[in-house]
Amino acid sequence: MRLFSGSSGRRAHRVLPGFGITLGFTLAYLSLIVLIPLSALLFKTFSLSWDQFMQAVTSPRVMASYRLTFGASFMAAAVNVVFGLLIAWVLVRYDFVGKTLIDALIDLPFALPTAVAGISLTALLASNGWLGQYLEPWGIQLAFNPNGVVIALIFIGLPFVVRTVQPVLEDAEKELEEAATCLGATRWQTFARVIFPSIAPALLTGFAMAFARAIGEYGSVIFIAGNMPMVSEITPLIIISKLEQYDYAGATAVAVVMLGISFALLLLINALQAWQRRLAGAVA
Amino acid sequence: MSQSTQTRRIEAGTTEPAWVRYTLITVSVGFIVLFLVLPLATVFTEALRKGGEAYLAALQEPDAWAAIRLTLLTAAIAVPLNLVFGIAAAWAIAKYEFRGKAFLTTLVDLPFSVSPVVAGLIYVLIFGAQGWLGPWLQAHDIQIIFAVPGIVLATIFVTFPFIARELIPLMQAQGNDEEQAAIVLGATGWQTFWHVTLPNIKWGLIYGVILCNARAMGEFGAVSVVSGHIRGQTNTMPLHVEILYNEYQSVAAFAVASLLALLALVTLVIKTVAQWRHANEVKAAESAAPERVSFEASFV
Repeated sequence: MRLFSGSSGRRAHRVLPGFGITLGFTLAYLSLIVLIPLSALLFKTFSLSWDQFMQAVTSPRVMASYRLTFGASFMAAAVNVVFGLLIAWVLVRYDFVGKTLIDALIDLPFALPTAVAGISLTALLASNGWLGQYLEPWGIQLAFNPNGVVIALIFIGLPFVVRTVQPVLEDAEKELEEAATCLGATRWQTFARVIFPSIAPALLTGFAMAFARAIGEYGSVIFIAGNMPMVSEITPLIIISKLEQYDYAGATAVAVVMLGISFALLLLINALQAWQRRLAGAVA
Repeated sequence: MSQSTQTRRIEAGTTEPAWVRYTLITVSVGFIVLFLVLPLATVFTEALRKGGEAYLAALQEPDAWAAIRLTLLTAAIAVPLNLVFGIAAAWAIAKYEFRGKAFLTTLVDLPFSVSPVVAGLIYVLIFGAQGWLGPWLQAHDIQIIFAVPGIVLATIFVTFPFIARELIPLMQAQGNDEEQAAIVLGATGWQTFWHVTLPNIKWGLIYGVILCNARAMGEFGAVSVVSGHIRGQTNTMPLHVEILYNEYQSVAAFAVASLLALLALVTLVIKTVAQWRHANEVKAAESAAPERVSFEASFV
């Protein structure tokens, strides 16, 4: 029997000590490390007039960097959705030699420092690299141009999709698939009409997470991108080069735009996860 | 007889023909080899390209040592601070109901969605020469940006949510029953945490700490903005890799990078073990009935 239930639940919480001190510390640390420094960004932006702000965030070079950053992030996240789903499916549904190893390796992009990923992908794909030397005769260049950006971002984003889809596939009820089969559905129909709808929210969440991470990514991209203005210069690099020219206001303006987009994506991801939980709750 | 045909048909309907299975497995493994295994192998082959001696020589260089020391120091400050924060935040959020809890949880996750470059920039705006506190810091001869404190701050920011976000869902799933029993039986708050909560969240904690540490040692973008890149003084290992690489000292760059890659591999091993145990903790918490008694917990 639960001793504390219903209306007395509130009293039960008060039994545990430490609410004041833990919440107080949490709020103080959060404010000091995150909230106050982030607000500095906004205050600095207010030192610019609207025209100055717009000029800083819409100059042709900055616009070109948005196109590259968002385009490459979108492409990389899209590739990751396809292969992430495939890998999650294979890991959950099939047995094969080395499965545990592959499963552990998926998290490599989380554990490997981005700069290391950047230089090794570059060494691999440069025209004298292991892979690059075979692609060069075909006229395929994957390093030092926007292609390299996409490849680095695929590397960075892969675990997000696999790790959001995998648990949902594991929880999926086989009975539904059996029922579909008994009712005469082909395997493809079962996948498209029964399995896919149940994992679609997780796939979208994984896409949004990979996309959000890719937009802010710096370390792995700058080595392989070539960093040519108007062609292969990502937005975070614009912020760095403005800083190096002591253009603090300009750097801040671009940073605010990126921060706004990050906030929007964070809210979107939260909404997607809530949808996913509701869907899981409806099935269970 | 008809029943077994039925079963076979259902089995056929809930999995794919062998050729489809093997194709999917081959494509998946191929993708992983291409995008994950090859880059990892490249780090080590490039590092050893001129033999073991060149490799060791690159690692014995004083600037490389200084970078290793700075990286270890940074992680040694950032990880414990975020550990204390993670436990405090998880305790407050998971154990109590209060207004604005969902909002607070979102704020804890916020640093994950901020670009590392922006994370570095905000500290420059506060502590830099042109920043809010710049004149005051200069008057008192304190340097934060382009010095070690700035590197530590930026690292704390980017690794901020790692431990909290592992512990919050775990402690929420575990509920308060065991802690309440301990308190009712006369334990102090600290005893309750140490003897009841901590053993329950141990693997989740290790999982969070190991990921936090990997990111703290490997952070590049945020640290790059605040470091100033002074060799031997404000270069962490990833920044040292960048400098060497840009100077075309490929073997030396990959030698330092190989240490970071080894760190990543160790992280993956510990993570895999911790994740497995962590999943068991969550499962135990979810399957335990609300009225579970304390001796059950001692068997878990």
